[in-house]
Amino acid sequence: MQEEIFVSGRHIPNIDPYLQIWHWEISLYLFLGGLAAGVLFFAALFYLLKKEDEMPATVKYAPIIAPIALIIGLAALFFDLTHKLYVWQLYTTVRIQSPMSWGAWVLLITTPISILWVFSYYRETYPKLEAKLQTFKRLKFLKLETFEKFLIKNRKVMAIALIPLTLVLGIYTGILLSAFNARPLWNTAILGPLFLTSGLSTGAAGILLFTKNHFERTLISKIDLALIFIELALIVHMFMSMYAGSQVQLEAMEVLLGGSYTVMFFVFVIILGLLVPFTLELSEIIGFKVPIIAPAILILIGGLIFRIVMVNAGQLTRYLY
Amino acid sequence: MRYAMVIDTLKCVGCSDCVVACQTENNVPMGYCRDWVTETVDGTYPNVELELKSERCNHCDNAPCVRCCPTGASHIVEGGVVLVTHDECIGCGACIEACPYDARYQHPEGGYVDKCTFCHHRLEKGQNPACVEVCPTKCMYFGDLDDPTSEVSSLLQTRKHKVLAPEAGTSPNVYYLIK
Amino acid sequence: MTTSRRKFIKISALGLGGVAASTSALNMFGANTYLDKLVKQNVAGEFNKTATYCEVCFWKCAAWAYTNDEGEIIKIKGNETDPHCYGRLCPRGTGGVGMYNDEDRLKTPLIRTTVDGKQTFRKASWKEALDLIASKMTAIKSKYGAESFALLKHGSPGSHLEHLFKAYGSDTIAEPAYAQCRGPRETGFELTLGSWIGSPEPTDIRDTKCLVLIGSHIGENMHNSQVQEMSDAIDNNATIITVDPRLSTAASKSQHWLAIKPATDIALLLAWMHVIIEEKLYDKAYIEKYGYGFKELKEHVKDLTPEWAYGITTIKPEKIRETARLMAAAAPSVIVHPGRHVVWYGDDSQRERAIAMLNGLLGSWGKRGGFYFKEKVDLPKFPHPAYPKPKWGWEEIGAKYPYAEMGITSELIKSSIPGEDDEHPIKAWIIAGTNLINTVPKREMILKAMDAVEFIAVVDTMPMEITGYADVVLPECTYLERYDGIRNAAKRTPSLALRQPVAKPKYDSKPAWWMCKQLGERLGLHDYFQYDDFEDIIKWQLEQVGSSLEEMKRLGVKKFERKTPLYMEDGEDFEFGTNSGKIEFYSDDLASNGFDPIPVYTAHPEPPQGFYRLNYGRAPMHTFSRTTNNPNLFALKSENKLWVNPKIARIIGLKNDQLVWLQNQDGIDSTFSIKVRVTERIRYDSVYMYHGFGHTNKKLSRAFGKGESDTLMMSKIPVDPLMGGTALRGNFVKILTEDPHKNSKV
Ligand SMILES: Nc1nc2c(c(=O)[nH]1)N[C@H]1C(S)=C(S)[C@@H](COP(=O)(O)OP(=O)(O)OC[C@H]3O[C@@H](n4cnc5c(=O)[nH]c(N)nc54)[C@H](O)[C@@H]3O)O[C@H]1N2
Ligand SMILES: Nc1nc2c(c(=O)[nH]1)N[C@H]1C(S)=C(S)[C@@H](COP(=O)(O)OP(=O)(O)OC[C@H]3O[C@@H](n4cnc5c(=O)[nH]c(N)nc54)[C@H](O)[C@@H]3O)O[C@H]1N2
Ligand code: SF4
Ligand code: SF4
Ligand code: SF4
Ligand code: SF4
Ligand code: SF4
Ligand SMILES: [Mo]
Repeated sequence: MQEEIFVSGRHIPNIDPYLQIWHWEISLYLFLGGLAAGVLFFAALFYLLKKEDEMPATVKYAPIIAPIALIIGLAALFFDLTHKLYVWQLYTTVRIQSPMSWGAWVLLITTPISILWVFSYYRETYPKLEAKLQTFKRLKFLKLETFEKFLIKNRKVMAIALIPLTLVLGIYTGILLSAFNARPLWNTAILGPLFLTSGLSTGAAGILLFTKNHFERTLISKIDLALIFIELALIVHMFMSMYAGSQVQLEAMEVLLGGSYTVMFFVFVIILGLLVPFTLELSEIIGFKVPIIAPAILILIGGLIFRIVMVNAGQLTRYLY
Repeated sequence: MRYAMVIDTLKCVGCSDCVVACQTENNVPMGYCRDWVTETVDGTYPNVELELKSERCNHCDNAPCVRCCPTGASHIVEGGVVLVTHDECIGCGACIEACPYDARYQHPEGGYVDKCTFCHHRLEKGQNPACVEVCPTKCMYFGDLDDPTSEVSSLLQTRKHKVLAPEAGTSPNVYYLIK
Repeated sequence: MTTSRRKFIKISALGLGGVAASTSALNMFGANTYLDKLVKQNVAGEFNKTATYCEVCFWKCAAWAYTNDEGEIIKIKGNETDPHCYGRLCPRGTGGVGMYNDEDRLKTPLIRTTVDGKQTFRKASWKEALDLIASKMTAIKSKYGAESFALLKHGSPGSHLEHLFKAYGSDTIAEPAYAQCRGPRETGFELTLGSWIGSPEPTDIRDTKCLVLIGSHIGENMHNSQVQEMSDAIDNNATIITVDPRLSTAASKSQHWLAIKPATDIALLLAWMHVIIEEKLYDKAYIEKYGYGFKELKEHVKDLTPEWAYGITTIKPEKIRETARLMAAAAPSVIVHPGRHVVWYGDDSQRERAIAMLNGLLGSWGKRGGFYFKEKVDLPKFPHPAYPKPKWGWEEIGAKYPYAEMGITSELIKSSIPGEDDEHPIKAWIIAGTNLINTVPKREMILKAMDAVEFIAVVDTMPMEITGYADVVLPECTYLERYDGIRNAAKRTPSLALRQPVAKPKYDSKPAWWMCKQLGERLGLHDYFQYDDFEDIIKWQLEQVGSSLEEMKRLGVKKFERKTPLYMEDGEDFEFGTNSGKIEFYSDDLASNGFDPIPVYTAHPEPPQGFYRLNYGRAPMHTFSRTTNNPNLFALKSENKLWVNPKIARIIGLKNDQLVWLQNQDGIDSTFSIKVRVTERIRYDSVYMYHGFGHTNKKLSRAFGKGESDTLMMSKIPVDPLMGGTALRGNFVKILTEDPHKNSKV
């Protein structure tokens, strides 16, 4: 028999017997980051492809999701810090090797751009709201009009900046986890692309909630179908590479395949979050009548649960003991 | 200067004196510890082997906790000692997730992350770490690996040794003598 | 039987004072604000250091206690010059701060009282508590004689009370360190080599070439310098041979672990002697010069071959021969360690005698790497009038046991039960520094005795089990807050060590010397207490040996020159302290008293079907039951577990950390559950647990109900016929997977 125990009562809160350092806040943050990245990526992409008018939901309406998601996400992240008053220390340095650091910087840049993007479309997309609020008139001294003009003129610059920023943001949400060698479940290079794909997919789902015209809806659905397909392939690939990996990785895989997170993973992520919406979207494209809100919501919930599972299950896996 | 700790598992009795000594030297909060002792039993009675060893932060050369720290609070100082500057730490927990040895903890009152410092405040005064100094079996050695004549260097030259979880690729600086 | 006059007070309505009541929540770590507070301090700050010596066990290591600017004790470290610790304390000594900081400590004197028909404690002033004890002492003396007032004590407070008792006229004194601990080995060695082993053991482990440990689990038994020296021996490539049915830590470090069947050690010892004699491996010149009765021994062990022992001990004959040869090859630098806690099976003095004889054959007594001659400082006692001579005392009570040389706790307890020993009726107790409930076996007997005696006062630092049975509880301050006698222990180098107050006593606690002086004055014994402060005694004593309090405060430990040699010269004319002046391989004395003159092996009962032998030992980070509530040490180990061999676990269906209950051969159920540890370190016919856990006093906010008490399970107690030791290793337990109290609980 082999036995390994702690002699002195090591039972550190949140660390033993397994990590509980990152909680739902981090999962939410990763989910919202991916969602915002997806939404903004498509907005910028189709703007640059000059599809602004055919795809108003994608370029003009859905981006409202981004700043909201990013701000809630950042708030969630802030919530999970245990030494909050020192949060400004994030912006005293750039740590190339720390995903957390460049994530913080990317967010610092992306969030205002997303706000500006939404602002540049504000009067166009929400004329009724502005009629009521009359912000432009009331805050005349701010010269909002001039500012808006400036933004509209520079939308292209913003879009060009957003493409790499959103890709980095999307990949970052995965790399943040995969950078951790110490947690065998996370320690796979596939997690970056996987989270990026998942982020884009949730972004597409977010856009679908805003689409009104058939062309835009079908195009985004098609894109989403492709993304879901890639995502599934990446998940299979992830398991395959873990299967070929070391003992610790095999054990890590067990957590998802035959452990405490198996049901959650298969039912909510794989079936309800990927396979069912895939079928629904496919049916809709083929011509069946499906309320588009259904697959979109399923994808969004699946995406969130996927991150909850990965964050929590990853913390169950360790090298020693 | 490259500080290292060498622990002779043939002598360690698992008494955990190193753990209490660290507690009182460094005011480690109750229920937390910077070092701990593990026992590994192998075999079938009466052919049984037992290994006891005291573990802590390995002050890794290739420290993932330092790399992942977004603020630079986790850093490496002269001699390879890995430290956390409390006032730069935001408590994001990344370094805790990154450490394959679970050697770090969040301070319950301070909120910052803390861990073994190799008793840096003692090293500065030319003293050995508190755990090394107290160990009743004298199974812990501390010194400079860059100095080939140091006790730690010569022990590693003459005795069979191992480090914890080498597959994690962290290049630990705490060594265990096993023969 | 619910009419017990002296009921154990569990939760008192009035409580141990308001402070205690509010902190008694079962809050494991939250209550320890003291260390959390320290966190805010600069760890690198400079502290004051004060010399003291440790009282967490009886090794008495000299130490420096560090205090901060507020005068709070921060940490304790070993005194580098001290031969007991060489500058390194053991985990318990390092964690000694927790004794001082434990917020569960006794805080004020308490007096038993009855409120609304319920017994409880009420807070009392020192004057009231001491007056009450003094009046009881006077009353008992006039009614029965001072002899009927017994003192059960251990450790430093005990010596102050011993002085009070002797002055008062009672020598009815005993401590558990004799009949529950070392007694048999002192008898066995005295009979054979004419000398006690005493504490600290004069084993020259540092320089030995071969160390033989028979049950002695050094490394778990953390007696400091022995642990350190065993480590030196490992560095020196000494051969270590460990005889233990369990893979002890020491066994795991040994080249030879003899996994002996429990209770068969005498057979092994006899077979070893057979090999050494038959193969002529003994020290011939030494035996010729110093041996007595060697021929008889040779005859005695002639047929006690390793093959014979194999059938008994399960140790292979080749292994017995090989290890015997290794010992002989190392002789005289060999130590067959006498052990310390040696009350095992009832024939313990004889087993210890066999160990002493084996050492005799190997010629290790008085030899480098064997046993050295210890020496202490000739420190005069503070003068006082001669003690009155009591009519009877511990000796008369233990007269059944001709080789008893100290009071037998269990016999004193028995004499307190009417009808048991009416010649020596004990009517009242003072208990100081011993938690009898978890220390002496046969709990029922203790409860019966406590129910019978007219008065019990307890001097303790903590609300231990025993305090619950007191009529008066006196809170002593911890060793870190008081003066005690100068440590004058015998080792290689004679040395003195100072204990002085490091910090002011917390709460309303007082040192034992002060209590004794107060009682002495009340009893009209002023002449025995002619000092204001214990400091006066220490000053006076130090001056007699050319030192001073100032010097000792500076040094902590002062070493003195030896006056006698450390080892014996080869062929020196040496007189052993035995009747014959020689090493007695045959004892005429034992023969004349009707005992075996040479040890014989007798079989001991084995566990019946479904039962396992209850084995127990030390947790390296705890001392008995006294430290399990210590916040620092509790953090290291908060409960004991029941070690079970995987085979047994499979049969009963036990998993790691599963909760089980125990029932012993006499139907005694464990109070609490205990977690299972499935491990190959224990035999399939035994279970093992650390001693000291399973506290039943709820005032111990951390330790209460954590783990189980081994002592509770000990009711079948053979007594050593030579010296009265209570054998603790012959109890058997059944493992219950259901709570036996389930039905009795509503
Ligand atoms: N079942 C079982 N019984 C055993 C043993 C065993 O292994 N198993 N071991 C035996 C051995 S070897 C021995 S030596 C004895 C030891 O027996 P004890 O000395 O009775 O051991 P403890 O349980 O530590 O109890 C010590 C008591 O002294 C108190 N105390 C501690 N410090 C002070 C102080 O400074 N002043 C005062 N006034 N009180 C203090 C503690 O609070 C505690 O109540 O037990 C023996 N009994
Ligand atoms: N940490 C710590 N150290 C202590 C103490 C403490 O409380 N805590 N107390 C001190 C005191 S007062 C004492 S007396 C000593 C006691 O320390 P020792 O004298 O070393 O203790 P024992 O209880 O004799 O030994 C326990 C060992 O005996 C083994 N054993 C059980 N049955 C048998 C048997 O039939 N044959 C053989 N050969 N071995 C057997 C057990 O498996 C266990 O490993 O420890 C001292 N040191
Ligand atoms: S103090 Fe030394 S012997 Fe004790 S557990 Fe620590 S390293 Fe091992
Ligand atoms: S042991 Fe952990 S905390 Fe210490 S340096 Fe290595 S990775 Fe960092
Ligand atoms: S918790 Fe503190 S030390 Fe750790 S990575 Fe975050 S900022 Fe750095
Ligand atoms: S080196 Fe210092 S901080 Fe590190 S474990 Fe030892 S005592 Fe604690
Ligand atoms: S051996 Fe440990 S507990 Fe005993 S006196 Fe020494 S330091 Fe104190
Ligand atoms: Mo003892």
